[in-house]
Amino acid sequence: MARQSDEAFFWMLFSAGGVIAAILIPVHLFLFGLAFPLGWLPAPDYERLMSLVHMPLVRVYLFVFCSLPLFHWAHRFRYTLYDGLKVKHLNEVIFALCYGGAVAGTVLAAYLTWTIA
Amino acid sequence: MRQEIVKAAPAYTEFHPRWYRAPVSVYWWLGQWRYLKFILRELSSLFVASFVVITLLQVRALRNGPEAYSRFQHWLQSPWMIALNLVSFLFVVFHTITWFNLAPRAMPIWVRGKRLPEFLVAAPNYAIWLVASVVIAWFVLR
Repeated sequence: MARQSDEAFFWMLFSAGGVIAAILIPVHLFLFGLAFPLGWLPAPDYERLMSLVHMPLVRVYLFVFCSLPLFHWAHRFRYTLYDGLKVKHLNEVIFALCYGGAVAGTVLAAYLTWTIA
Repeated sequence: MRQEIVKAAPAYTEFHPRWYRAPVSVYWWLGQWRYLKFILRELSSLFVASFVVITLLQVRALRNGPEAYSRFQHWLQSPWMIALNLVSFLFVVFHTITWFNLAPRAMPIWVRGKRLPEFLVAAPNYAIWLVASVVIAWFVLR
């Protein structure tokens, strides 16, 4: 289980991920999740997106986009389970699943953004 | 001297008095709008995470080539994904608004001994949100 001193570290990740999610996810979700699939706006084609992804800065951006918000989720979701559903007896399991998931997503994001170009 | 202090300590007993704690229902957050709002705000993180997973799948599809990407686009057009993204969008915007409105309470700013009104502290966040959204949309749509 997290000690008091570790808690600050996890809170920093939570906070940074919260900022990234708040500023960046709505526009991404609106464009790629709603506007393009529903035909409200013309979707960029494969070549166009690949030319974007070839820029190193875009790949760093995608890595951050796919990593920090997962740590935001891990922190919030584990406390929702602890307090909301009162499953305190499973603390260790929940902790491992939440941060395990966030770390797995981060590793996958690093691999994909590293090998895509 | 020290020994005597130790001896003076009360002896260990198995009959520890139990603290009284009022039992709280698992559904404590359903009773009041404030509590429900809190739980909904916390649950927004699930939709944040699910959209990150979708984006990871998008990057993987791009990496796997044009055919994989068109399959990915087709998948996003399915009614279930549209429904999920619609709900996700509402939750994510809820996260953004609650996050920005929390900032002035986490970091109160004082000017000449007076606390700046909350909306003035939160306003730059909304401005950054707007600018970032326009810049990203411009990059993608250009």
